[in-house]
Amino acid sequence: MQAQTRLSWGWLQRLADFFPVFIAVLLAVITSAILLIALEADPFTAFSEMLGGAFGTENAFAETLVKSVPIMFVAIGITIAFRGGVVNIGGEGQMIAGALLGAAVTLGLGESVGWLVIPLALIAAFIGGGLYGAIAGFLKAYFDVNEILSTIMLNQVAVQLMNYLLNGPMLDPESAGMNHIPKTARIAEIAELPRLVIGFGDNALFDRTRLHWGLIIAIVLAVISYILLWRTVIGFRIRAVGQNERASRYAGFRVKQQIVLSMFLSGGMAGLGGAVQVLGLQYRLQTDGSPAGFTGSAGFNGIVAALFGGLNPLGAVPASVLFGGLLVGAQKMQRELGVPAAMITAINGIIVIFVVSSQIFIQRRMQRRAKLEIAAVEKNKFEDTAQETG
Amino acid sequence: MLDEIFTASVFAATIRLATPYLFAALGEMYAQRSGLLNLGVDGIMLVGSFAGFYQVYQGGSLLEGVIAAMFVGALMGLAMAFISVTLKAEQGISGIGLYLFGLGMSELLFQSLLGTPRTVSGFPDIYIPGLSDIQFLGIGQIFFQHNLLVYVAFALVPISAFILNKTPFGLNIRAVGQMPAAADAMGVSVSRVRYITSTIGGAMAGLAGASLSIALIGAYQQNLTSGMGFIAVALVYFGAWRPYGVMAGALLFSFVNALQLQINVIGFDIPTEFTVMAPPIITILALVITSKSKEKPTELTKPFERGT
Repeated sequence: MQAQTRLSWGWLQRLADFFPVFIAVLLAVITSAILLIALEADPFTAFSEMLGGAFGTENAFAETLVKSVPIMFVAIGITIAFRGGVVNIGGEGQMIAGALLGAAVTLGLGESVGWLVIPLALIAAFIGGGLYGAIAGFLKAYFDVNEILSTIMLNQVAVQLMNYLLNGPMLDPESAGMNHIPKTARIAEIAELPRLVIGFGDNALFDRTRLHWGLIIAIVLAVISYILLWRTVIGFRIRAVGQNERASRYAGFRVKQQIVLSMFLSGGMAGLGGAVQVLGLQYRLQTDGSPAGFTGSAGFNGIVAALFGGLNPLGAVPASVLFGGLLVGAQKMQRELGVPAAMITAINGIIVIFVVSSQIFIQRRMQRRAKLEIAAVEKNKFEDTAQETG
Repeated sequence: MLDEIFTASVFAATIRLATPYLFAALGEMYAQRSGLLNLGVDGIMLVGSFAGFYQVYQGGSLLEGVIAAMFVGALMGLAMAFISVTLKAEQGISGIGLYLFGLGMSELLFQSLLGTPRTVSGFPDIYIPGLSDIQFLGIGQIFFQHNLLVYVAFALVPISAFILNKTPFGLNIRAVGQMPAAADAMGVSVSRVRYITSTIGGAMAGLAGASLSIALIGAYQQNLTSGMGFIAVALVYFGAWRPYGVMAGALLFSFVNALQLQINVIGFDIPTEFTVMAPPIITILALVITSKSKEKPTELTKPFERGT
């Protein structure tokens, strides 16, 4: 009986833990409304345009999911790194590294290995993104280089590397010599990730949309990452290092290697996100030369989604859909009301700040709760001894 | 080849292009010396550069442009202080939040107020009488034919060194960054010092942005800084948290930038991607080399809690 009441209490308390996040959302909505009013747009019209544009029709929802797929991969990766105590801001660069290697393998193998090209390309992309992430992990672990700065710099390097390769060695032979946009050749049809259709026949959901199996891969990886982080020794070590580096060292964990590992896994996820864009959506690697030309800033939006998802891979999935919807909805808002979609970037920044700032309230309550629990235990002890002696 | 690269005009450009790095990095140095890492410098620079530009574009004076840029920069610095000092939020991530906010905000303002890249006539070059005529080694051209903000930026180096090392305020900053508990016991308000340094840092980041939009370039376009602010943060590490070290780092990077331009001018056969890649790679190398510096404020990124 007592156990049951305690269980429901725990559930309530967990709900209360999300309370600051709701406050953060509320503040973000209020800030957006103020911005919209300043831009002489009616906030209610704007919000309803955004909602409709993101979730209103089957096609809109499919586009939202399409946009959310790369964000999801990055957010899962960011979650692993953050849990390991590494602030990975390099999702952009790691996506590019993964996409480059994945595209190279896909184009190199062509039709020679049949559908096996898909898993091989994905593995290559994971390794590519992982190694690119591991650079920053290595520099942090062994040279104490601030990982935020190094990953941001590596993002810039990756963009230039991609621009160089797509304008030169990896340029589509068919468009060489012409006034071209930087892109590779088209991948073989057998290497394409299938479109995702839910159900059969005329009533099938997402029939005739661009949604692809990348979504399912991302969701499966979210579950695997959750199990990895909370049900395996590897995950326990990663989280231990993230929680308390010194204690982990005393416990005999190789802290430096854990940091490199969590950045490898984190970068690998982002790398997969890059490759899935190539195999599932664009069927080639292409960019417009600008920093976000290929990634669409998924590397940064993934950070927001990871924080919003409570640094839990399972939370990252719905959070990514939300932020994918925000991006798609903002484009609709721009078309209908002329409010620049860049507003979303500003709002994302505010959400990051709000969510991170709200941590202190969660921590304070946790401390209070811990004190109460200790007091309860002490009281029980006292009563037990009183009974024994009495 | 070499005499085409190492010309007086390249060195003059080196001095000129150091300005935004210097303003931003010196400002960030104050914050970091007090234990506060502001990674949102690039975002502040973007908003500052837009504010300064728009003020001048609307017919305001150059001085008004500078004031507008510094004002919005100071506001954002103040916000960062509130987030990391009062709310004790994790500084690294909240800095990225501030950056995203600045990036989005500057883009939003640009699209809704300007639409397309515009130009203004920025700060004119001031030829220092007598000195600017020195022909020997091109000294006159290299050092004494720049706009006002270039001179101000370099003047701030010794001024910052004096403030940090010789004034009670500087002592407080260093104390708060190294031993906040001791400073607190001596009656120095840790929070107040960090609020002040963060606001100064923000104002100077705003000024750094203005030095791009209304002095060096005289134009505004999307993402004008393209990551300069992050390099400025790294420069503080590189310069071992000392004004002269920061200046050396700023000159190194502006030299690389000047070389990039020159290589394009003389048509040297290197893909532009590789020249653009150089600054971030050098930044990483610089961070590795200077990682063992003993000067690092021990309390950097740690919120202060009395009695712990």
